[in-house]
Amino acid sequence: MRILVCVKQVLNLDDEFEMRGDGLDVDRDYCDRDLNEWDDYALEEALRIRERAGGDIEVVAATVGPEEAAAELRKCLAKGADRGVRVWDECLQDGDGMMIAHVLAAIVRREKPELVLTGVQGADHGEAQTGVALAALLGWPWAAVVRALELGADAGEALVRRELEGGLEECIRIRCPAVLTIQVGINTPRYASLRGITQAAGKPVDTPAFGELAIDGAAIAAARASRVRRMYVPPRPSPSMIEGDAAEQAAALAALIREIRGGPR
Amino acid sequence: MSAILLIAEHRRNAVRPVTLELVSAALAVRGELGARVEVAIIGAQPDALAPALGLEGVDELLLVPAPTGEFQPECYATVAQALIAARRPRLVLIPHSVDGISYAPAVAATGGHGYASDVSALRCVGGAIVATRSAYREKVRVELDFPGRRTVVLTVRPGSFPAAGRAGGVPVTTLAPAGGPLNSEHRGYIEPEPGGDVDVSAAEFLVAVGRGIGDRETTEEVSKLAERMGATLACSRPIVDAGWLPKSRQIGQSGRTATNCKLYLALGISGAVQHLAGMKHVETVIAVNKDPDAAIFSVAKFGVVGDVAELVAELRALYP
Ligand SMILES: Cc1cc2nc3c(=O)[nH]c(=O)nc-3n(C[C@H](O)[C@H](O)[C@H](O)COP(=O)(O)OP(=O)(O)OC[C@H]3O[C@@H](n4cnc5c(N)ncnc54)[C@H](O)[C@@H]3O)c2cc1C
Ligand SMILES: Nc1ncnc2c1ncn2[C@@H]1O[C@H](COP(=O)(O)O)[C@@H](O)[C@H]1O
Repeated sequence: MRILVCVKQVLNLDDEFEMRGDGLDVDRDYCDRDLNEWDDYALEEALRIRERAGGDIEVVAATVGPEEAAAELRKCLAKGADRGVRVWDECLQDGDGMMIAHVLAAIVRREKPELVLTGVQGADHGEAQTGVALAALLGWPWAAVVRALELGADAGEALVRRELEGGLEECIRIRCPAVLTIQVGINTPRYASLRGITQAAGKPVDTPAFGELAIDGAAIAAARASRVRRMYVPPRPSPSMIEGDAAEQAAALAALIREIRGGPR
Repeated sequence: MSAILLIAEHRRNAVRPVTLELVSAALAVRGELGARVEVAIIGAQPDALAPALGLEGVDELLLVPAPTGEFQPECYATVAQALIAARRPRLVLIPHSVDGISYAPAVAATGGHGYASDVSALRCVGGAIVATRSAYREKVRVELDFPGRRTVVLTVRPGSFPAAGRAGGVPVTTLAPAGGPLNSEHRGYIEPEPGGDVDVSAAEFLVAVGRGIGDRETTEEVSKLAERMGATLACSRPIVDAGWLPKSRQIGQSGRTATNCKLYLALGISGAVQHLAGMKHVETVIAVNKDPDAAIFSVAKFGVVGDVAELVAELRALYP
């Protein structure tokens, strides 16, 4: 059995970020990069399924991203994924989430996993669309915002708990193969061990071209569902700032709280 | 005449309030699109929910009987697709809620429609739909358009539009029932854990810690500090996920709402939309964060830029 985990490299803006010259995105020089938090949980869930089964399950981490995104695959390999797949094409530069979903669908068709895990959302933009769009493109069953997962013995179905608003949860039974979008808190992701980091270097990362996935740039570009007109820093009401060193700030804060709450000065 | 299609959200036989906000979102562009506003109710007994959706600005209620009263994403996606094919709406609005994000992307992907999620503002420019959403952890906004797409599907951020008012006499049409087979089935709900003796919803003064608090020990320190200050301890989600505090202390979309709170001291919380959902209404928010651009400051009356652990240590000395 094979589990495919979709992982995304997310960008985090520095304190002093700047917009790109064309005003359509931020300048990538002012960002640091990280593995999407939700995907860390999705990977952990796949590794635990493998460990519970005691072998014979292959965990593949897949990302759609440029060379720099390979760093996130390496993290996944260091934590225990068996191999990685990274796909990129120039047409994806400034692409949207729907284009990514179409590329992931092509990866799934090639890899033929029995289960696909994604994160609920990317921590960067919170779009929360890729997993469900992917399932629809594949024609697979899906469930979103999963915070507990129990795979049936023959992997033909799964018992899943979805997390709803206000802490309510819904139990569902779902047929597999399926796409599940994983919520943070479903498990506690492991750290990579030193040994894992060393071993990761020897694990394969496949980088198939669009042609090998039977897709082409024109079709992927045509899947675009939205276009950025403008990106901007919104004007924001700014709070009154309490200045000074930590001791001064603490004293001012305590005075402020007393003033608001009443009581002795 | 073209249409704007809204898909109502309901759970356990009650319409969820965000549905009323969709109507106001539709009204923002109805005039320019020259569109009727149609609200679809998909459920086991959609007629029972219809009275709650007699709303000002709604032109028609569409009742779609479904095999199950509970939300089922394939069922919703299939019905939405069929309604789009039949009614050719320019715009489809779905809440950006847990259920909404569970099927809206499927509708857009299957139909090849325009799509944007978590939209907080909406307008028309020269007849074209322009949607605004946030990006990069709420630090910037993005305006999106949808060239070449006749139908645009949007999920709308809860709390971005006012709830529409009631109106009588909205025409109701019952449509053909939704079919199966469905690949997943509802097996019951699990209620949230009770909070024991703490009720963060009832507290007037909350001191809330987020991931910026750094470790369990500092969380402990804040717990003592809160007690000395006469405040109730609360937190953002990662603190619960890390196991440092119980779920009953969590504020936000999947936790509790700070219903009675008048003063909210946020320590090392970034201000993600799901956290703000539980506290942005609080009259006085004081935010402490090392990042001067953190989104939490946009809902704060007072701000402190600095290291939260240092500040907590200083405060502990003031509240011995
Ligand atoms: C369906 C769904 C439901 C969700 N429900 C909830 C919910 O109910 N409640 C909730 O809170 N979240 C919820 N989330 C998660 C939410 O998206 C965010 O991930 C979460 O709120 C982030 O918590 P945080 O602000 O503590 O952490 P982060 O976003 O990591 O922010 C930490 C902050 O601390 C600051 N910081 C770091 N170090 C220091 C320091 N030394 N001194 C001062 N500041 C420092 C950083 O600048 C940053 O702003 C939900 C997500 C989804 C998808
Ligand atoms: N470029 C990508 N490569 C691989 N997986 C992705 C990519 N973008 C999004 N995903 C997956 O989709 C999930 C939701 O992301 P999003 O829809 O962008 O909010 C992420 O947690 C990933 O699992």
